[in-house]
Amino acid sequence: MTTVIENNQKNDRLEVGTPLLEVKDLHVEFHTRDGVAKAVNGVNYSVAAGETLAVLGESGSGKSVTAQTIMGILDMPPGKVTQGEILYRGQDMLKMSNEERRRIRGQKIAMIFQDALSALNPVLSVGYQLGEMFRVHQGASKKEAKEKAIELMDRVRIPAARQRVNDYPHQFSGGMRQRIMIAMALSLQPDLIIADEPTTALDVTVQAQVMDLLAELQAEYNMGLILITHDLGVVADVADKIAVMYAGRIVETAPVHELYANPAHPYTKGLLRSIPRLDQKGQELYAIKGLPPNLLKVPAGCAFNPRCDVATDLCRTEIPALHHVTDKDGKELTGRRSACHLWKETLHG
Amino acid sequence: MGRFVARRLLQMIPVFFGTTALIFFMVHALPGDPVAAMWGDKAPDPVQVAALKHQMGFDKPLIQQYLDYMGKLLTGDFGTGLDQRPVIDKITEALPVTIRLALFAFAIEIVLGVAIGLFAGLRRGKAFDKGALVVTLLLISIPVPVLGFIFQTVFGQNLKWVTPTVQNSEDITQLVLPAVVLGSLSLAYVARLTRTSIAENIKADYVRTAVAKGLPRRKVIGTHLLRNSMIPVVTFLGTDLGALMGGAIVTEGIFNVTGVGNALFKAINMKEGATVSGFVAFLVLVYLAAGLIVDLLYAVLDPRIRYA
Amino acid sequence: MPDLTEKKTTAEIPEQRTATAAAKPEKPRSLGSDAWHDLRRKPIFVISALLILLLIVIAIAPGLFTSVDPRAGDLRNHYLTKPNYSHLFQPDWFGYDLQGRSIYARVVYGARASVVVGICVTLGVTILGGIAGMVAGYFGGWVDTIISRVTDIFFGIPLLLGALVILNAFTSRTVWSVVFALVALGWTQMTRVMRGSVITVKQADFVTAAKALGAGTGRIMFKHILPNAIAPVIVVATIALGGYIATEATLSFLGIGLQDPTISWGIDINSAQKVIRTAPFALFFPAGMLSLTVLAFIMLGDAVRDALDPKLR
Repeated sequence: MTTVIENNQKNDRLEVGTPLLEVKDLHVEFHTRDGVAKAVNGVNYSVAAGETLAVLGESGSGKSVTAQTIMGILDMPPGKVTQGEILYRGQDMLKMSNEERRRIRGQKIAMIFQDALSALNPVLSVGYQLGEMFRVHQGASKKEAKEKAIELMDRVRIPAARQRVNDYPHQFSGGMRQRIMIAMALSLQPDLIIADEPTTALDVTVQAQVMDLLAELQAEYNMGLILITHDLGVVADVADKIAVMYAGRIVETAPVHELYANPAHPYTKGLLRSIPRLDQKGQELYAIKGLPPNLLKVPAGCAFNPRCDVATDLCRTEIPALHHVTDKDGKELTGRRSACHLWKETLHG
Repeated sequence: MGRFVARRLLQMIPVFFGTTALIFFMVHALPGDPVAAMWGDKAPDPVQVAALKHQMGFDKPLIQQYLDYMGKLLTGDFGTGLDQRPVIDKITEALPVTIRLALFAFAIEIVLGVAIGLFAGLRRGKAFDKGALVVTLLLISIPVPVLGFIFQTVFGQNLKWVTPTVQNSEDITQLVLPAVVLGSLSLAYVARLTRTSIAENIKADYVRTAVAKGLPRRKVIGTHLLRNSMIPVVTFLGTDLGALMGGAIVTEGIFNVTGVGNALFKAINMKEGATVSGFVAFLVLVYLAAGLIVDLLYAVLDPRIRYA
Repeated sequence: MPDLTEKKTTAEIPEQRTATAAAKPEKPRSLGSDAWHDLRRKPIFVISALLILLLIVIAIAPGLFTSVDPRAGDLRNHYLTKPNYSHLFQPDWFGYDLQGRSIYARVVYGARASVVVGICVTLGVTILGGIAGMVAGYFGGWVDTIISRVTDIFFGIPLLLGALVILNAFTSRTVWSVVFALVALGWTQMTRVMRGSVITVKQADFVTAAKALGAGTGRIMFKHILPNAIAPVIVVATIALGGYIATEATLSFLGIGLQDPTISWGIDINSAQKVIRTAPFALFFPAGMLSLTVLAFIMLGDAVRDALDPKLR
């Protein structure tokens, strides 16, 4: 299809379904002058080749911090991993040396950031930044790198790539910039891409285009994709499974359709209710009452309890475990978990 | 880009005329009669004074004098001093020394300043950074005369590493001390500017992206961080070269360097209007040229302003 | 994790900041009060502020610190006698100069010239330059062009050189001559800073909102734009103050700044040149005092800048 493939080790690609990344019981803290903020409190999720995991949550839920810890780009003071493992192809990255992690970064696991304008270097041409991956990691010459850059730009459908390869980031529109970022991320055909709010800064129509592109490329290269977002609308088309995060914890996981159809956690329910719908015309919009918690002082028990309509005394004292969700007959529903004492009532009504 | 250059050049013209006019009028508004002063302590003969004045054109209205002056200037004639020597000769006499000194100081301030600033910025809050801040603060605070004397006494007389004053300005080793003194203030500014710029830019998103791309550290710093951080520093350096050439009066005085600053100082004291105007016009040209080069460099470094 | 970064504060972690802000019920602090809050705790600010206060007191009432007349030279006090370090605050504490005058007294009285020049020049430059910059930045167009060209013209004259030329025109030079010369040449620095700051602030939404509500030009300029644009100006002014003191001393040192009978550290440094080998203390004390003063103002400026920098909040 495209020559970008030629250089990559095709025999290294995993079968669809083999786990690529497993985050196990990850705990990350920040030591600030006001105290210790517990940003990530026991997160577990995994992604397999060809699979898309959507991580959903508001600001402060810990979704970005988890992603950055996986990439290894979190600032380590004041951040600190206090517990857990991050397994990439079975090996714990947290135990690797800095140099080993650096070699994985960009080449095997790549990241796409939210604001492409600030994430791209303003004084270097787009072609340079795209070609850098090839020059640094594969020893390509300047000419070769430039050709590859043009190929990549073509691949992500930037018109007139050859003429625009020497242009600078500020000369492109928002949507095109985001596509350049995507191109940069997949230039060396990584196993896994982490997209941190890739469409939040874009218009709705452009959002759809970018998400389509992402899905297409993922299928082509059989990559795993972790899509971090707070926007439920974006996720529906692209994700295979969803993990909902709140206050540094996963509160629900489910395959995508089941989450929308039958949520098993009050928070998820609240999020779904908050999406404005056409048939609500004339009515007041719903919003979950209250605000996300201060990470320096997380509420006792279930962190969501102050905002929950159905909270009980148990909720206020005991942190719920991530229960396996079953159907009405007690049969376990695969891939479904809920961190709620009242998950049964929430799910089954 | 061409339009940018053209625009800048056009801007320079009124400024050049404005500054030279300003200097001309400032100088010639000086009370005191330089022609009469040529007689020294003796009483000047009014007739001879008048004759000389007429010969030198001092009795024409000031505006006329200015126009004559500008006219000559545009043909490269910087005027004649009271001793009948063309000012341009005096300039070319004093210039090489000043250029040597200024370039030397410039090199010191760039190399040391950027290096110190880079390390301090990367290790912000740590020992080197704090030390660098203190040292640069001292260099900024201690006025040039004081610094000059300290260096001269300590390194020239006490430790005898270099000659205390410059005997032969062709010998570059003798220029070390004045170059260091001249460059020290600017070095401090360059170091601080670099440090702040680096410390700020290191938090930038594009640096995070560079790290996320798995680039080795020296590439992240050398290519991505430095290119962005150098922009304000280059701007400062540009205006500094002009200042170094014109403002070295004190340093030249202490170390006995017969450069432009020295000549200018003498001319001002002797109220030699033509000489002063000539010298300053020349310096203004240098200053404007340096400013233009800086703006061009700025456009090269930061593509965003090329298309503004 | 490569050691590319330093400690970050709460403000750096976006999720963190939202969470903290959400939970705190206190009123959000303005930039000014936030700055003051930070400043009070910084040792550099406290030290330099105290030093400056001391200097101002010395400048206002030198008689409190010494009873000797700094202009009265008694040749019986020989300049080669070593200073008597144990005689704190006595006339011979710092020794005597070539004319038999008490160096200590001269150092004390010299503070006045420096402080007055520094403060007056800074005020003049800030007001003049500030207004010019504000007008240029706010109105834009040809007003801006004219003011900017004029600024460029003055900018083309190095401060020292221009001051040399101006001061040469005065036969008798007092503190006010020096102030005049420095203000006449230095206002451009403030103009540039203020203009840049105003241009940035002008584009903010709250200015557009004020206009939409019918606020007049004057009101917008002074009530809305000025408070928000003034921070960089304050920073530059505080640091420049130190620079003006240094410039005055340099001018006096060159012999075209202040003259006798005005007392200035620069003059003393000049006369101390002749005896630098035999009586270095004659240079050391005025030079040291001068350096300390400049240092205090620059440290103050540094502290103020760090406190007012919104990026470090």
